[in-house]
Amino acid sequence: MSIAAGLDLSLRVQKAKAQLDAHVREMVEWHFNPKTGCPFWLEWASKLGWDPRGEIRGFEDLRKFPPFQDEWLRGGPVRRWVPKEFAGKPLYVFETGGTTGVPKSRVAIEDFRIDYEMFSETLPDEYFPRGANWLMLGPSGPRRLRLAVEHLCQHRGGICFSVDLDPRWVIKLIQRGESDTLEKYKTHVIEQAITVLGAGHDIRCLFTTPKLLEALAEELETRGTSIKTAGITGIFAGGTEFTPQYTRFTMEEVLGEGVYLTPTYGNTLMGLACSKPVTREDGYKITYFAPQPRAVIEVVSFEDPDRLVDYGETGRVRLTTLTRETFIPGFLERDEGERERPCDRYPWDGVSGVRPFRKLATQTTVGVY
Amino acid sequence: MAVLNIPILRWGQPYTSLETDTVMHFVTGETLARVSQANTGLLGRDMRLAQRARHVLTEIPISELIAMMKKAADLYLRATLPLGDGTQTPEDFARQQSASTGLPEHMCKANMSKNHFVLSNMDKILEALTRGLDLNILTRGYGIESRGVMVSYQSQAPVLGLVLPSNSPGVHTLWLPVIPMQVGLLLKPGPQEPWTPCRMAAAFIEAGVPKEAISIYPGGGELGAEVVRRSKRTMIFGGTATVARYRGDTRVQVHGPGFSKILLGDDVVDQWEQYLNVMVDSVFLNSGRGCINCSSVWASRHTREIAQALAERMGPVEPKPPEDPQASLAAFTVPGAARAIWHSIEAGLGDAGVEHLTASFGPRLVEKERCGYLRPVVIHCDSPESTLANTEFMFPFVSVVRCPQTEMLKRIGSTLVGSAITYDKSFQRQLMDAPQIDRLNLGPVPTIQLDWLQPHEGNIVEFLFRPRAFQARLEKVAV
Repeated sequence: MSIAAGLDLSLRVQKAKAQLDAHVREMVEWHFNPKTGCPFWLEWASKLGWDPRGEIRGFEDLRKFPPFQDEWLRGGPVRRWVPKEFAGKPLYVFETGGTTGVPKSRVAIEDFRIDYEMFSETLPDEYFPRGANWLMLGPSGPRRLRLAVEHLCQHRGGICFSVDLDPRWVIKLIQRGESDTLEKYKTHVIEQAITVLGAGHDIRCLFTTPKLLEALAEELETRGTSIKTAGITGIFAGGTEFTPQYTRFTMEEVLGEGVYLTPTYGNTLMGLACSKPVTREDGYKITYFAPQPRAVIEVVSFEDPDRLVDYGETGRVRLTTLTRETFIPGFLERDEGERERPCDRYPWDGVSGVRPFRKLATQTTVGVY
Repeated sequence: MAVLNIPILRWGQPYTSLETDTVMHFVTGETLARVSQANTGLLGRDMRLAQRARHVLTEIPISELIAMMKKAADLYLRATLPLGDGTQTPEDFARQQSASTGLPEHMCKANMSKNHFVLSNMDKILEALTRGLDLNILTRGYGIESRGVMVSYQSQAPVLGLVLPSNSPGVHTLWLPVIPMQVGLLLKPGPQEPWTPCRMAAAFIEAGVPKEAISIYPGGGELGAEVVRRSKRTMIFGGTATVARYRGDTRVQVHGPGFSKILLGDDVVDQWEQYLNVMVDSVFLNSGRGCINCSSVWASRHTREIAQALAERMGPVEPKPPEDPQASLAAFTVPGAARAIWHSIEAGLGDAGVEHLTASFGPRLVEKERCGYLRPVVIHCDSPESTLANTEFMFPFVSVVRCPQTEMLKRIGSTLVGSAITYDKSFQRQLMDAPQIDRLNLGPVPTIQLDWLQPHEGNIVEFLFRPRAFQARLEKVAV
């Protein structure tokens, strides 16, 4: 990087930081103002002994909040999370987890649409043509992803086809060691996908998970065809199994030239983090950047979640969601990774090498996504 | 020593992964090798070529493959062979295997000799395992036996998947007869023991085995499950949970804890001192690490005296450096493993009727910077009820259990090797009929004594080939 380019990036980083701080002030004002905030945060702030609207002047000040407890998101009434200003609007509720016990919930109005419209801007039209139809080969039911992918497709002018997929059942089968039933369920899902792909719907784009992508490619090849021959040119996929090796293997040996694969990292709480384009020259390294300022990814010390690790160092992923619909400060994710420097496209910190957090990895079942 | 980079072997083609696992020296912390890690999709994709592995092997007569095994035996034992981006002498091999598995070097060398013996005697071993079958019948699928009867053997899988352990280099003899039976090898090495699969593959290929017949996929637990999922026949090594998971799955031959035992009949138990060496060897040799090592001795009387005598023989043994020719204890190289095992034993020692006889010989848990040792443990159980009466640990651990002879066969549970020292014909008959005993030794035979001409935990020929009815009306049936 030249000195001029470095200076330019440095200025853009500063500008992004200033925008983030301004956005934080705006969101804190919104969520903690009795006229606009949601019952949960207003009640919570009443016990704080200090006024967030007065004291939170920028992103760093969010550390004044105690760590966000994901248990708060379990159970109802979910309306306690709805900002007063949005009362009366049609509400969605999306769930995460829930294989056993009460899942975590997030209410939504427009956020998923906004997030995926922003993500849409990162997709190359050459591979994700405007107007093309999509297949959503991923979790359905109470998942945000189901509606979000459909909206992404519609936003780009297409129609989204989908199949049913219950990830909680998949995780149960894995945990019980019922590999035969798991295999049958996967076959059932893949058969539906192949039927849709072969039914003349002119599907060009696909959302799927790493495991299902492998299974789909394999089954298509068994039938003498391929992802590419089936007409797919763009694939958007997500999951911690997206390692550089997986991506390299998939790009080199499964998809081949002419099919674009973009890994993403996200969840119901944060939204969607995009990756820099993944290239052979960069060792298929996958670096994710949050859709700042609506969401922020930090890589923090395992021992002290308020301390950022140095660039290149490993730490736990911490998410902050800052939208008018949702305020979640400093949520410690189940993942770890390496802190990455800002880049031209995303002048803020990123994270690479995302994988299950080592202390939780043995308890975490990675299912279909 | 330079750090070796060991690639994946995809039907003979090396492939360097973007993900590697580091194999470390358990004493010095030195990096011995960086091993490429396979992703599950890669294995799945390569399985499309599994049939080719068998095809290239069936092009070579079994007699020639056996000759290649003999040649490979010498290469494995004596030659400098390629390994990743470097080479490996036999001395390097023993040192590296010891350094990552914790097994003393002289035991690694002894395992090399075992593998050499099996490869060198492959003709005799296959003759024994097939009960004298003309081996060409395996190639052709049918033929007329020496007694004039038509027989047919159908291959059940083009390749055998193997999910190998990290901590027990002695198990590799089990898969050595596979290539000469014209079945390919799909090896998933244990994370700390890439050495034997890689060296054996190099020796095989150097000896003339087509490289397209051999794959090696290092990787984590998910990859092991994928090997089982993808292979029509798999041999897997694991703990009790693995055994339970695959029980009843005819595609899978599981090798888990052996719970091997010595049973002293009432007719000989008063002369127990005569059999002390057999007991000590069964418990102690090879650092007690194998499934064929004895984990309990059962008798109706004198059990405390037996336990005391065993404790006096084994209790004083202390860890020695791995290169010491006198070292008899293997280290636990997985962090925390030795401590966890010791805690598990300590919990059982609290049971009523359990006595720890090696306690007086000093602490059993010895922790070093990067590893742990467990010195031999002998306990006495005054009945089979206690938890530790029928437990297996991967070090010299033995419980001496007081149990009436009439109750023994009801109480011993699953027993891989049962050495029954008795001359009582009635008891011998009951032992012969006891389905819970896999390998039965009658008389003072150490549990660890192997007869290479006999099957181990299932006959691999029967696992890979199914005898079936076959009739042919051909102009001339090949014989």
